[in-house]
Amino acid sequence: MESDTPCDDGYTLASLVPVVAASAVQNACKLCAPLGASLVFKGIAGGVPLLHGSQGCSTYIRRYLISHFKEPMDIACSNFGEQTAVFGGGANLQLALENVCRQYAPALIGVATTCLSETIGDDVPMFIKTFLAAVPESARPPIVHVSTPSYQGSHMEGFHRAVRAVLGALAQGRGGEATIQVNLLPGLLSPADLRHLKEMAAAFGLQAMVLPDYSDTLDGGQWESYQRIPPGGTPLQDIIAAGNAAATIELGHTLAAERDTAATDLQTRCGVPARRLGLPVGIRHTDALLQALAEISGRPVPDIYQAQRGRLLDTLVDGHKHVNTVRAALYGEADLVAGLAAFMAEIGIHPVVCASGGAGRRLAPVLHQLVPARQHAGMTILEGADFATIEEAVAGARPDLIVGHSKGYAMARRLGIPLVQVGFPIHDRMGGPRLLHVGYEGAACLFDRLANALIETRQAASPVGYTYM
Amino acid sequence: MAISAEYKDADGVLEGKDLEGVRRRLLEKYPPKVARKRDKQIVVNRVGEDGSVPVVMSNVRTVPGLISQRGCCYAGCKGVVLGPTRDIVNITHGPVGCGFYSWLTRRNQTDPDSSPDGHNFMTYCFTTDMQDEEIIFGGEKKLRLAIQEAYDNFKPKAIAVFSTCPVGLIGDDVHAVCREMKEKLGINVFGFSCEGYKGVSQSAGHHIANNGIFTHVVGTDDAVPEGDFKINLLGEYNIGGDAFEIERIFEACGLTLVATYSGNSSIEHFARSHTADLNLIMCHRSINYVAEMMETKFGLPWIKVNFIGAAATAKSLRKIAAYFDDPALSERVEAVIAAELPAVEAEAAAVRPRTEGKRAMLFVGGSRAHHYQELFAELGMKTLSAGYEFAHRDDYEGRRVLPDIKVDADSRNIQELEVHPDPERYRPRVDAQRAETLAAKGVDFADYAGMMPEMPAGALVIDDISHHETEKMIALFKPDIFCAGIKEKYVIQKHGIPLKQLHSYDYGGPYAGFKGAINFYQEIDRMVNSRVWGYLKAPWQKNPELAAKYAFE
Repeated sequence: MESDTPCDDGYTLASLVPVVAASAVQNACKLCAPLGASLVFKGIAGGVPLLHGSQGCSTYIRRYLISHFKEPMDIACSNFGEQTAVFGGGANLQLALENVCRQYAPALIGVATTCLSETIGDDVPMFIKTFLAAVPESARPPIVHVSTPSYQGSHMEGFHRAVRAVLGALAQGRGGEATIQVNLLPGLLSPADLRHLKEMAAAFGLQAMVLPDYSDTLDGGQWESYQRIPPGGTPLQDIIAAGNAAATIELGHTLAAERDTAATDLQTRCGVPARRLGLPVGIRHTDALLQALAEISGRPVPDIYQAQRGRLLDTLVDGHKHVNTVRAALYGEADLVAGLAAFMAEIGIHPVVCASGGAGRRLAPVLHQLVPARQHAGMTILEGADFATIEEAVAGARPDLIVGHSKGYAMARRLGIPLVQVGFPIHDRMGGPRLLHVGYEGAACLFDRLANALIETRQAASPVGYTYM
Repeated sequence: MAISAEYKDADGVLEGKDLEGVRRRLLEKYPPKVARKRDKQIVVNRVGEDGSVPVVMSNVRTVPGLISQRGCCYAGCKGVVLGPTRDIVNITHGPVGCGFYSWLTRRNQTDPDSSPDGHNFMTYCFTTDMQDEEIIFGGEKKLRLAIQEAYDNFKPKAIAVFSTCPVGLIGDDVHAVCREMKEKLGINVFGFSCEGYKGVSQSAGHHIANNGIFTHVVGTDDAVPEGDFKINLLGEYNIGGDAFEIERIFEACGLTLVATYSGNSSIEHFARSHTADLNLIMCHRSINYVAEMMETKFGLPWIKVNFIGAAATAKSLRKIAAYFDDPALSERVEAVIAAELPAVEAEAAAVRPRTEGKRAMLFVGGSRAHHYQELFAELGMKTLSAGYEFAHRDDYEGRRVLPDIKVDADSRNIQELEVHPDPERYRPRVDAQRAETLAAKGVDFADYAGMMPEMPAGALVIDDISHHETEKMIALFKPDIFCAGIKEKYVIQKHGIPLKQLHSYDYGGPYAGFKGAINFYQEIDRMVNSRVWGYLKAPWQKNPELAAKYAFE
């Protein structure tokens, strides 16, 4: 294990100015905001997302999410036409809401806007009010509106805005029964990750509200008969009760550097203390999450995690020779990249390129905290980057490994560097939704995959073809 | 092998179910206004002696809130028609999503080695990634920079620009920017006003793409390729390598393919495609406009062909040979068919005992729901129900209904180009007398009979099928296989019914031509006979889990 304690060594930001694409984006490394919002609404029990805009938006987003999740992906749309674009989308939204209610009897409708409705300046909250006024109270599902034009931020902004909008609209203030003890806002993780986090909270005996929770809705089994809205998701009553929780845990290193988030909102509005942690990828940040859960629950960390931690460390010791001083390039959402970089710092891998398509401009300072100081000089940090920019950096750095989602495959292929697929979207390998990134077990899975990719490369290059590696 | 293996059921009854009753079941839960609209889009097929069929309302706006299969105008223009051309740099002018989601997702194949410069930009995705600033102050400056940057990086022969929703709203003059950059860079630069809100589906985008290619590319190179029998193949997009298989067959037959619109294509092919002597149309919906305009301006006629299904392939080849009326060509075509068919027939015979009598539903595209019925018929399977996602009445009922189609506001907004015979280059390939002789031999110029006349009476035809209707159809008939796209795939498979994607082919294929037919037989055999569905219930499960009810019930 490397002995450096990662610290902030006072590197100036100027030495690591994020490279932002000058004009055109060539092979984007980010998706659009309404996709992130749709994902959140898919993770609420009985939730149906509805995009206010052209039908192409919902069709593209559905087909793209499906390529990763391989599950039904009903996302409704208000189907703008040319006239709607001129005269406004009020009537279309009314009709769409009515039809969604009739078809799905949803527990919640999440209305996310698109470039189209935002550009013409539709007053969506007013449209929703009008609709609700005409519907009898008994048949009135909660409708949450989130503003997600694709020209503002990436899918991650859409995701976080939707989480915030849902809690803002539904979570009530203090008072009443505390049915929920902890709110867990995990960010964009895999269904397997969400299951793991839920198990963790349950192991502490905590009633947790995990938002969003698409662990079942987007990774379900075969059903005896078809169900229009897949079972699972965050129960509405849990979201309503979120204001009574003892704490909110919000995951993501760069998100923690934002001033206003869903967690800070809940803190301000309902007095729920916000604990803002990094993604629990690797040892230190899983430790931190477990400690937080221990404090919130007043219970010690269950033995099962001590055992998992032991197995992880044992694995790291066994495989250290394969990964130590290896150099890797990482790309994807800023928080995933930060989490992966933190883990790599623990196992001796040098993250030489860390890139994100989002332009939050918080990745560099966060990475300086997470990665050992002596690696900072050799680390290129890119924000607002497309794959043309990322590839240039990776070609220059010549790492041993590339770690990221499926869209980096062309780059990895051209450069002849093995790619380990993580995160979202993964549509060139099976099992994206079942990939575990978080917790000690997730770290062990990641470690095995990283080490095996390196071993495989060495093995293939060996003239002998050794089988004892 | 004809498609119409007549159903045993009496008229108006499908598999023992009264079809009017089925229609009522599909419509009963809609609000009255929606039901009235959908009522005209769900039709029981009947074929009159003269080949006439009932009217299907189609190419109309999808009801907001109903989950549709349809995409948008941009998808039809950039994704479908222009996407498969390898050497045009396509720039999506708009925010990031549209470009990202159309980034090689249709999985068109191409062979860059067949062009001398080896250019292939299909694996790239260029977008102006518009931000707040551009929405407020306009995006022309950024577009100009993007075109310049694409040129500097790749030195392509051509750059095309595709507008997304906000572009039309903020009033960027994409075409002016393209003209300016064309002049500056000395390469072909052209734009498409294919904002997503135009028209009612991808279909509007096809038309806009056709207009753009015809205006900016077709006829810009008069060099006549060598070859005795020069053809273009229109509406074949090389999904899964279909175009490669068709090209192989053409070459074996001695036919010279000048251009394919647009599978495995280069812009140079389009530029000289007017020098061919016959246009062959595969997907009538997406490409008939270019064929019509080429006929008017340059005088080359078009015929409808179909290379999906071995029998259909043989029939189409014979039609081409009849057109050229050359004994050597006919002989060669017959030799190719004779050489290819035995392997296909052997495979069909091997698979058929396992597929005979099974039932399919096809809801896809603007031609595939029709063409793939051929392959199912060759497997002894019957098509219970079919419909298109974005077709017009002529694709269902045949071009004979063209004069009767009402043009609504959505269609009127899509420009119809005014085309005249080219003063120098107009050269009619067949005169009226010869056209008559050829027609008698089955070379039916400028005609498409449509899907319904070739379907049996009693089959259910559903245009722009909704999610709700899909589920109802599955519950009512439990077909053995359902054909649609990726958005429907996992819904249908939760019902325990396999879904074959006929847009992307589930990343398999080719299914066109003779070798493609063999692939398809094997694929359908695999799918309808998979063991996995048999394991759904665990041995200890006596009572299956109680399932939630539909909201409608």
